[in-house]
Amino acid sequence: MARSNFAIKRQPGFATIAIFCFALLYLPIATLVVFAFNAGRSVAIWEGFSLRWFQQAWNNDLVLEASIRSVQIASTAAIIATVAATMAAIATTRTKPYRGLTAKYAFINQPLMIPEIVTAVALLIVFSRIKVATGYSGLGYLIAAHTAFCIPFAYLPIRARLESMDLTLETAAADLYATPWKAFTRITLPLLWPGIIAGLMLAFVISLDDVVITEFVKSGGQDTLPTYMLGQLRRVVTPEMNAISTVFLLISILIVTLFFFISRRRT
Amino acid sequence: MTTAAEIAARAEREDIRKRWLLSTPALVIIFLAGIGPLLVVVLYSFLTPGPYGDVKWEFSTDAWIGVFLQRDMFDDTLGIADAHLSIFLRSVRLSFATTILTLIFGFPTAYFIATRPERTQALWLFVITIPFWTNLLIRTFAVQEVIRNEGILNNALIWLGITSTPIQILYTDWAIGIGMVYVYLPLMVLPLYASMEKLDFRLVEAGYDLYATRFQVLRRIIIPLVKPGIIAGSILVFIPSLGAYVTPRVLGGGRQMMLGNLIELQFGAGRNWPLGAALALTLTVIVTVALLFYVRYAAQSEQRHG
Repeated sequence: MARSNFAIKRQPGFATIAIFCFALLYLPIATLVVFAFNAGRSVAIWEGFSLRWFQQAWNNDLVLEASIRSVQIASTAAIIATVAATMAAIATTRTKPYRGLTAKYAFINQPLMIPEIVTAVALLIVFSRIKVATGYSGLGYLIAAHTAFCIPFAYLPIRARLESMDLTLETAAADLYATPWKAFTRITLPLLWPGIIAGLMLAFVISLDDVVITEFVKSGGQDTLPTYMLGQLRRVVTPEMNAISTVFLLISILIVTLFFFISRRRT
Repeated sequence: MTTAAEIAARAEREDIRKRWLLSTPALVIIFLAGIGPLLVVVLYSFLTPGPYGDVKWEFSTDAWIGVFLQRDMFDDTLGIADAHLSIFLRSVRLSFATTILTLIFGFPTAYFIATRPERTQALWLFVITIPFWTNLLIRTFAVQEVIRNEGILNNALIWLGITSTPIQILYTDWAIGIGMVYVYLPLMVLPLYASMEKLDFRLVEAGYDLYATRFQVLRRIIIPLVKPGIIAGSILVFIPSLGAYVTPRVLGGGRQMMLGNLIELQFGAGRNWPLGAALALTLTVIVTVALLFYVRYAAQSEQRHG
C-alpha cells in the first residue's frame, strides 16, 4: 500500500539544488537587463525607469558601426560556411566507410578541438604576414577566420538531418529515371532544408558571439560589437553597456528559439 | 567485355571521387584558417624573437626552454620559471575547481530535468540551453556587475548584516572561479542529461526492493550508470576552462592571469612571439591529451555496453 506512493525517482535535495541553479543562471542576466532601464548612472542602485541608455547607445556611432560590421561578417561567414558544410555533409554521410573518411571528420571538427586562444594567435601570426605582403587589410581576414570556425557548427545539424532522412524516396526518384542532379534538387534538398536553416542560424550566432579570434585578427577600426564591448569594459561602466547587451541578448535568444523549433520539427 | 563486378567497382570509385570533390571547399577553408596557421605556430616556436614583436629567422630552442625554465639575471643559471609555473598551476587549479563545482551543481540539475514528465523536459532543457547560446562576454559582464564592490551581491551581504564593508571579490581568483562555473555550467548539464535520460529506472526500483537507502541507490546504481555523462561533462568543462581568455581578462582584471592571458601577453607587451607560440602549443598538447583520453574511454565503454 505505502509502497505504491514511494517515488523511486526522487533524490532528497536534488530539486532544490536544481531550482537554485536555474535561479543563479538567470539572476545575473536579469540584473543586467533591469539596470539597462535605470535612470541613473549606476548599474547597482535603482533610480527610476528610463530609456535614456538605449537612446545613447543608438546615437553612439561606434556602437552602430560595430553592430553593422558584426552582422556583415556573421552573415557572410555563415552563408559560406553553410554551403561548404552542406556539401561536406553530403560527402560524409550515408556511405560505406572509405579511405580518409575518419580523417575528414577530424579535419572538419578541428576548430572545435583547438582552444580558441591558440587559433587566435595562429591567425594573428599568419594574417599579419599576409597583411604586410599584400597591403590588403579589409574585412576578408575576419570573414575567412569566422567561416572556418563556423563550419563544424553548421555541419552538425545538417549531418544529423541527413542521417535521419528516408533513403527510399531518393531510390524511387532514381528508379523513375531522375538524373542525380534532379533527384538532389527535387528530393534531397527540400527534405534537408530544415537542417540547412538550423546550421545557418547556429553558424550566424556563433560568429556574432565571437570575441577572442576577432580580437586578435581585426585591424585598426574593425571592431565588432563584442570586441567594442570588451574594450569598453576597461573603463567605468555605465548602463549604456547594459542597454547594448540587452538588445544583443534579445537577438541571440530570438535566433536560438527559432533554431530550437526548426530543429525539433520532424518529417 | 566488362563484367557486372567491374561496373560496380567503377561506380564506387566514381562515387568516392565525387565525395572528395564535394568536401573540398570545407577542407580547404579549414586548412587555410585553422590547421595551416597552427603549423606556422610550430615553426615560430623554434625561432628568435624580433626586437619589435614578430620573429627573426634564426633557429632557437629558447622559447621551449622558456616555457618552464628561466635564466637567472645575475649568474646565468637555469631555474624553474616561477611566474609561468604559478600561472600554469592557477589555470589547472581553477579549471579543476570549475569542473568539480559544475559537477556538484550540474548533477542534481540534470537529474531533475531527466526525471520531469516527458512534455516538460524539453522546456527545462531549453531554459538551460538559452544562457549557453547567448554571448559569453555578456554573461561574464553580467557576473562582473553582480560581484563588484558596489554590486547587488555586496549590497545584499551588507543589508543582511553579514559584512559591514564590501568584500573584494572582483579581480581575485574567486571571481574567475565564479565566472567560469557560471558560464560553463550548461556544458556539464547537457551531457549529464543525455546519459540520465537513458537511465533504466527499473534498476533503481530493484535497488529499493533490496532495501537500499536513497543514498546507496545514488552511489551504487545511478552514478555508475551515468558515468559516461560525468566523464563527457567534465572534459567539456575542463578544456575550455583551461584555455579561458575572456573570463579571466574581465573578472581577473589583468592582475590574475590564466594561460590564455599569458599567451596573449607574449604577443603584446611581452614581445616574445616564439615563447607565445610555445605556450600556445603546450596548451594545445594538454587539451589534446585530455580529448584522446576521453575518446579512448568512450570507445571502451561503447564496446562494453554495445
